[in-house]
Amino acid sequence: MAETVNNPLLSKALAQAPESPKELVNEPLVLNQRSVAWISDQVAGIIERKTPAWWWIALGISISVMSLTFIMITYLISTGIGVWGLNHPVAWGWAIVNFVFWIGIGHAGTLISAILFLLRQKWRTSINRAAEAMTLFAVACAGIFPLIHVGRIWFSWWLFPIPNANGIWPQFRSPLLWDVFAVSTYGTVSLLFWYTGLIPDLATMRDRATDKLRKFMYGLFALGWTGSNRHWSNYEKAYLLLAGLSTPLVLSVHSIVSFDFAVSQLPGWHTTIFPPYFVAGAIFSGFGMVLTLLIPLRTIFSLEDLITKRHIELMCMVLLATGSIVGYAYTMEFFIAWYGGNPYERYAFLNRAFGPYWWSYWIMITCNVITPHLFWFKTIRSNMIIVFMLSIVVNIGMWFERFVIVVTSLHRDFLPSNWGYYSPTIVDVLTFVGTFGLFFTLFLLFLRFLPMIAISEVKAITPQADPHHPLGGAKEGGHH
Amino acid sequence: MEAETQKAYGLVAEFDTPADIMAAARKVRNQGFTKWDVHTPYPIHGMDQAMGINNSKVGWFTFVGGITGFTTGYLMIWFMNAFDYPLIVGGKPMFSPYFAFPVGYELTILLGAFGTLFGMFSLNRLPRLHHPLLKHRRFAQVTHDKYFLVVEVDDPKYDESGIRQLLSENGSTNIELVEE
Repeated sequence: MAETVNNPLLSKALAQAPESPKELVNEPLVLNQRSVAWISDQVAGIIERKTPAWWWIALGISISVMSLTFIMITYLISTGIGVWGLNHPVAWGWAIVNFVFWIGIGHAGTLISAILFLLRQKWRTSINRAAEAMTLFAVACAGIFPLIHVGRIWFSWWLFPIPNANGIWPQFRSPLLWDVFAVSTYGTVSLLFWYTGLIPDLATMRDRATDKLRKFMYGLFALGWTGSNRHWSNYEKAYLLLAGLSTPLVLSVHSIVSFDFAVSQLPGWHTTIFPPYFVAGAIFSGFGMVLTLLIPLRTIFSLEDLITKRHIELMCMVLLATGSIVGYAYTMEFFIAWYGGNPYERYAFLNRAFGPYWWSYWIMITCNVITPHLFWFKTIRSNMIIVFMLSIVVNIGMWFERFVIVVTSLHRDFLPSNWGYYSPTIVDVLTFVGTFGLFFTLFLLFLRFLPMIAISEVKAITPQADPHHPLGGAKEGGHH
Repeated sequence: MEAETQKAYGLVAEFDTPADIMAAARKVRNQGFTKWDVHTPYPIHGMDQAMGINNSKVGWFTFVGGITGFTTGYLMIWFMNAFDYPLIVGGKPMFSPYFAFPVGYELTILLGAFGTLFGMFSLNRLPRLHHPLLKHRRFAQVTHDKYFLVVEVDDPKYDESGIRQLLSENGSTNIELVEE
């Protein structure tokens, strides 16, 4: 870099060059030229200040709601799967819908932490920690459903390749078993990646801690991190490799979830578009949830300089892009149902839009196809309240997408004698509502005990951290 | 030296800006020191070159982990479904590389990730909860906004007054000897 600066011809040319047009200059990622020290004070301060009253209230509500899930699961196990609305022909109901919904939400966290990292999108640093936490908690919520859905829950360990008394092993020709491996790998690798990112920040918390318990706990999990550059060198390589591993992982997880449907022979499920369509939908819903969480948090914790309006706008653009892919997939499914010439397939799709479940289909279309196109307008993207409300609409729409896929494809089998109408019971509903309690309980605990923004990563993207920038102490002309 | 009750660990120099510590690191490297390090709140871009650190070897651990995972997945499925307890399901073959792929792929990533993390830990000799630097009061700022350069006493070229002079000439604001 210094060679080019020292070239007199080039510096003369640069001096005469016109300034870049305003539209091409990106807004800074950290506003108001905040110093490196300000960043750790602001983020660590959230944890160090006295626990706010709203936190206790929110935690109380979340735990109460969470208990619904556990009460309902106890009722389910002690009574039997008949307490759910499942019956012939709809044998997959809310449990699978909720499982796919929660897993999908997790995907945005990994997209932000891994894919945007590989694409060198530096704006990800302000949001990746919270988004990854969201991933972990969403996977925890998702994991409940397949386990309780097996009916005889005390046999759910048969899903794993553990020797049992009958000497029979799991059957690896079934995509349901692939799913077991995909989801458990996803949960584990997300945790490893998240923890790797946390190590330097745990060291920050350790060094700032004043009471003994905090110093001990943060110190224990910081593993003796000293910020050594020889360590950073291995650390950054490991982080890059974990991002490189998580990227194909996140794409495979929702592909494999879609195989649960696509590998079957059922009209409406048996389509090759499912894997990419599910992945795009997952990222769409996950970004919806990231916005739902971060828009209030940036105001509550005065983090507007770190999670700027530009961050929110960029996330809206991701919603626009993935929402358009989802809309395209809906259209293409219909086109292929007609073009494929299979009468059962054609009927399955007409029945989706105009059959007894027409309302769920049109809720899905409104929320997922029409809503994201509002993000073409900058006035909407930069209005936090509207973006917040639209992000909830996206989440509702994506839940309905899974409902449409699961229930409308099942409720009318090939013969009219196999037709039925599925409705959930109150047990189905409360089990699902309770998982939001679980999700928010875990998220509130995360906010209270761990830095919600990756402190060291945000520091590294500021000009103050750049040894070649005047704010980083660089002398004029470079010093190479 | 052995007569002293406390053995010295090294000389710790504090810097205020990333540019200063980068310049100092380049000087220390050029003097031919070997047992020294730079401690910073975040990874400084270009510091590896300034210190003369080679490309990290973590990738080998990832590679070995990944290969192990892939092999484990395929062997496990073959053993369970085609060898130990063959079970006919839907007229499908007892073993095929196609249906074994999703699980083999996931295990490649799973063990690759474990290899990466534990590889990084072993290369960094972590966890190490009792590092001498962690007892140095000012060093707590290393995770906040200060930059430290440490030359260990064990370095063959160690010479306290020479290093003190070199580092203070290069912008260090505070230099202290830290005990083991």
